[in-house]
Amino acid sequence: MSALPSLLAVASLPAEAGLNHYLLVSALLFAIGFFGVLLRKNTLVIYMCLELMLNASALAAVAFSRHNGTIDGLVLVFFIITVAAAEVAVGLAIIVALFRLRHTVQVEELTLLKN
Amino acid sequence: MADFLFYLFAFLTVLAAMGVVVNRNAVNAAMCLLLSFAGVAALFTMLDSGLLAFVFLLVYAGAVVVLFLFVVMLLDVQGGDPRKPYQPITAAAAGVALALLTTGLLSLAERGRLPGSVPAAAPGFKEFAARLFTTYLLPVEVTGFLLLIAMLGVVVLSKRLETRGAVK
Repeated sequence: MSALPSLLAVASLPAEAGLNHYLLVSALLFAIGFFGVLLRKNTLVIYMCLELMLNASALAAVAFSRHNGTIDGLVLVFFIITVAAAEVAVGLAIIVALFRLRHTVQVEELTLLKN
Repeated sequence: MADFLFYLFAFLTVLAAMGVVVNRNAVNAAMCLLLSFAGVAALFTMLDSGLLAFVFLLVYAGAVVVLFLFVVMLLDVQGGDPRKPYQPITAAAAGVALALLTTGLLSLAERGRLPGSVPAAAPGFKEFAARLFTTYLLPVEVTGFLLLIAMLGVVVLSKRLETRGAVK
């Protein structure tokens, strides 16, 4: 319970936006994406939430890199964005192929591997 | 002024991300995703990474969201989620995730007193390009090759192969 006042201190954030603030936004984005993956049943929306989580990690990487003062983290995020584009294209192609096979995108009806 | 902009874009990003999760219509979810991407790109700009923000907008808002919308409309799944009860394992996973998130926020509040970010000199385009074409030349080539392979893979996946009927 002793942590409650400090949590309230985070809730009433100071005016200056520092590294902590960006990390907080990144954590919130990641958590929202994770809960989306857990709670949604449409494969396309689950994929969108995965992208949200990837964005959250990219935001954290940029914030840390700027805090570190080197350019290498930014270059890494550049590569992450490039690979993510390829990943989205392949994933959506897989979803379309799956839809052709089963005529549904609801995860609960995709039970091809069960038993 | 910069801090006001930070809070504006942070709230925009988080609220739009919530919209992605909450919306039952997949098209509306994709639109909220676009808004969230724009917010993240604005946060990149606030971190003095204009080039990354530009690339991010170009790739995500320009290509990824359009691809999502295209597939949503191609598959024509307007119904949204069926209102079925969740599995118990899902509830357990959500509980564990909520506990972990609370712990993380508490630890951030307890000992997360990291110094403020933004050092004086942000790397410019010139330094970025020089680094990409000297130190990271091999990764650039490998990434280009990866994009080529991904393109070929998507073409193969989308092609209606005659032998696929045997899989059913």
